[in-house]
Amino acid sequence: MTALSNFITQLPILSLLTFLPLVGAAFILALRGDSETVARQSRYVALWTTLIIFVLSLALWFDFEPGTAAFQFEEKYDWLPQYRISYHMGVDGISVLFVILSTFLTPICILASWDAIQKMVREYMIAFLVLETMMVGMFCAMDMVLFYVFFEAVLIPMFLIIGVWGGGRRVYSAFKFFLYTLTGSVLLLAALLAMYFQVGTTDIPALMAAKFSHKMQIWLWLGMFASFAVKVPMWPVHTWLPDAHVDAPTAGSVILAGVLLKMGGYGFIRFSLPMLPDASHYFAPLVFGLSIVGLIYTSLVALVQTDMKKLIAYSSVAHMGYVTLGVFAATQQGVEGAIFQMLSHGVVSAALFLCVGVVYDRLHTREISRYGGLANNMPKYAFAFMVFMLASVGLPGTAGFVGEFLVLTGTFQVNTWVALFAATGVILGAAYMLYLYRRVVYGELTKDDVKAMLDLEPREIAILAPLVLVTMWMGVYPMSFLGIMSESVAHLLKNYHDALATTKAAGIAPLGSQLLAWLK
Amino acid sequence: MTAVPLLGPAVPEIFMAVSALALLMLGAFRAKDSTTLVTWLAVAVMAVAGGLAIHGTHNAITFNNLFVVNGFTVFAKVMTLVGAALTLLLINVWAHQEKAARFELPLIVLFATIGMMMMISANDLISLYLGIELQSLSLYVLAAYHRDSQRATEAGVKYFVLGALASGLLLYGSSLVYGFSGTTSFDGIAAAVKSGPNTIGIIVGVVFVIAGLAFKVSAVPFHMWTPDVFEGSPTPVTAFFSIAPKIAGLCLFLRVLVGPFASMIEQWQQVIILISVLSMVWGSIAAIAQTSIKRLMAYSSIGHVGYVLIGLVVGNEEGARGLLFYLLIYLFMNVGTFAVILSMRVKGKYVEQIADLSGLSKNNPLMAASLATLMFSMAGIPPLAGFLGKFYVFVAAVNAGFVALAVVGLLASVVGAFYYLRLIKIMYFDEPAAAFDPPGWTSGIIMGGSSILMLVFFIIPAPLVDSAEAAARALFLG
Repeated sequence: MTALSNFITQLPILSLLTFLPLVGAAFILALRGDSETVARQSRYVALWTTLIIFVLSLALWFDFEPGTAAFQFEEKYDWLPQYRISYHMGVDGISVLFVILSTFLTPICILASWDAIQKMVREYMIAFLVLETMMVGMFCAMDMVLFYVFFEAVLIPMFLIIGVWGGGRRVYSAFKFFLYTLTGSVLLLAALLAMYFQVGTTDIPALMAAKFSHKMQIWLWLGMFASFAVKVPMWPVHTWLPDAHVDAPTAGSVILAGVLLKMGGYGFIRFSLPMLPDASHYFAPLVFGLSIVGLIYTSLVALVQTDMKKLIAYSSVAHMGYVTLGVFAATQQGVEGAIFQMLSHGVVSAALFLCVGVVYDRLHTREISRYGGLANNMPKYAFAFMVFMLASVGLPGTAGFVGEFLVLTGTFQVNTWVALFAATGVILGAAYMLYLYRRVVYGELTKDDVKAMLDLEPREIAILAPLVLVTMWMGVYPMSFLGIMSESVAHLLKNYHDALATTKAAGIAPLGSQLLAWLK
Repeated sequence: MTAVPLLGPAVPEIFMAVSALALLMLGAFRAKDSTTLVTWLAVAVMAVAGGLAIHGTHNAITFNNLFVVNGFTVFAKVMTLVGAALTLLLINVWAHQEKAARFELPLIVLFATIGMMMMISANDLISLYLGIELQSLSLYVLAAYHRDSQRATEAGVKYFVLGALASGLLLYGSSLVYGFSGTTSFDGIAAAVKSGPNTIGIIVGVVFVIAGLAFKVSAVPFHMWTPDVFEGSPTPVTAFFSIAPKIAGLCLFLRVLVGPFASMIEQWQQVIILISVLSMVWGSIAAIAQTSIKRLMAYSSIGHVGYVLIGLVVGNEEGARGLLFYLLIYLFMNVGTFAVILSMRVKGKYVEQIADLSGLSKNNPLMAASLATLMFSMAGIPPLAGFLGKFYVFVAAVNAGFVALAVVGLLASVVGAFYYLRLIKIMYFDEPAAAFDPPGWTSGIIMGGSSILMLVFFIIPAPLVDSAEAAARALFLG
């Protein structure tokens, strides 16, 4: 065993994880034969590639040293030496779990598209493999330019996935997704360039150690906020998400909700908080305000949706509201809760989209009113759906509870009112999810076409079972995840509060602090 | 008796001129159609000239201070030659398909290229003007080359009239500069500008010179001719217009402004900022409404010129490096895209509406993938070289404190992304239209090769950046 793990630590594992999908894609590109054979073979190649990558990524899980905040599995090569920009990869307790989340969800996406995708299968699989490269690379990148490259490049495969294989107003949604995100991203690029000239390097650890003047932090923070807030997405820049979700194919929604939304939250934790502590503190009330408005507003919107995917899309915005709350509460519980919430949302919302996909494949509609009484003829499906529905509500014992609870605890320490409003979101969340579940699964089984629907087939069980297990595991024993991240989070927060303490002498009050003081 | 001037530094140009005359004889005295032969010989001449430029003298001034050679001019000339040679191959493909093959065609391109090389090496307002005119007169002929076509003739006349006006502006500006500095030599002007207070006469002169040059590189507000000429000219000629003259023109622009007028940077910088912003913004916005792919490419090139001009605004070594690197990427993006446009033929007839690309991903996946790669690169999305091109000019701008300019450029690039994405949308999301004839191998190699280069340049940018940096340093050493 030690020999094996020694061997694994010798490997450039992060680069392998990042670029192996491209090898699979090249393999698919080389396939020859009639379109039927090519389609079948490319499905298998994609599945095996992503499974192998997932197994490889487990090495990260087992070999990761949790007792330290240092970056691990580091790799560094020159890329643009004139500019001191390097190909620098590494993971810490914060990013390692996102890497595994990405590699875990991709094979599930491939399986979910097995029968649903019938046109241009080869191109579809290539798009997904390229997407995996970009996602994993983004979470591993330890150079800001490298990060930006992966962050932006995600747009290309996702644009094609929505536009080519989507339904409904796919073209509109694809464009909206692309241009919304790109607008945010270019402002991030501007901030990145400005930081680069202040520090002279784009290496993330060096940028974390750098100090920026208060005024500069404000501008940099706003530039980053433009990008990450769109990605999260925060109210009021969330409008691309429901469209993108509704019109994307099932697997596209899964990866969008499961991983792509996390890029925003990850960006806040990796960049905004440690690099711009003063500005983060200064703007925290703004983030709180937007998060609460978003939480409550999107929950109310979700309540009246008639389209299942749209409902879950709005619930995603609400759940990501907890993430931004937790991050900017900047307490140990808050940030850990935010990361945990992202992971659990990654699993649970992905699973919910898969559940929608299961019935959509059978009836080809996402209208809630077209269903009803599925508990009678699809008991296995009803069970799986229930687990994920309850996890989304935040029932203790499921993944959703831990994240929300920690975020609320963390926020409570900072501001009671914020925590109070945020807690209302939990109640609303229960309302719309239970309401959805009642309308789809319970009730009389009256419609003929719904009666004819068959229960889960083995492929679908293979997709949903691991997600059920992970959901329960995260809910019952969250320590196996929190233990990995806690040291990195503690280190991050220590630096953050130290930085705040040193600048406190300057006496800059946070935005709207008087108002909040008055509320207290 | 005056001594014979030193010919060594000008060997590439002299070689090209002599070869061009020899090829003219060859074409005239050979009975058969010799377009293909002359084309390939012309490409070979360009290759040899490129080799001569690289291995020849690297630091010299000759012909009584009229002609300069340094690392910068060599870099710019090689870029121009590569662009010209690649488009020459496309021109040959087109000429045979359209039964318009005449051996004069590659020769005119060759002469235009000689003009560009003279422009790049100009060290005096007189030689600058001579180079520009040799280039421009050849281009006017090329635009109207398809003389049976009404559109081409119109394009030629329009280009000629407006081009002559621009030359007039340039000449007028030059005369003012001469009048107020007493010399036409770049070094002399530099010394005059540096020593004395900048009189209003010189400033007005510089503004006229800038207007003339901005016309030649089609920067807003001197861009009006571009869409019409691009649309009317034969497609490969449009490709040529969009690449080699722009590279030469922008390099000349850089040399003129940071050379003789270096100490007037505060005066000309504001003009260039305005031109750059207008080009980026208008290039992006106006392209949205286009239905012809050639007009679209016209606005696209206007937008790209805007980004390149950011490098000029900065006006230091870093800016020059960004400018050169951007041009290098631009060269390959454009030549690849035009190879695709040249392959848009349905049953032997050229089509040039954007809608004709519908569903290309199903009819011809490789061609669609090439064009999609090039479009993403033009939009500046990583991991493609177009991103690095923009990255370097923005790096230079932010470093020099032009943050607002960089932000405007970044936002304009989002608008620009919209119309590049529109092409991808049409190819990938729409239902197939009539299938194109399979592209010939020349076009195929050029489009495939340049889209692969977009990735290669992105992954291994260091050698290119190094040479661009060396060229930029040579420029500022004088």
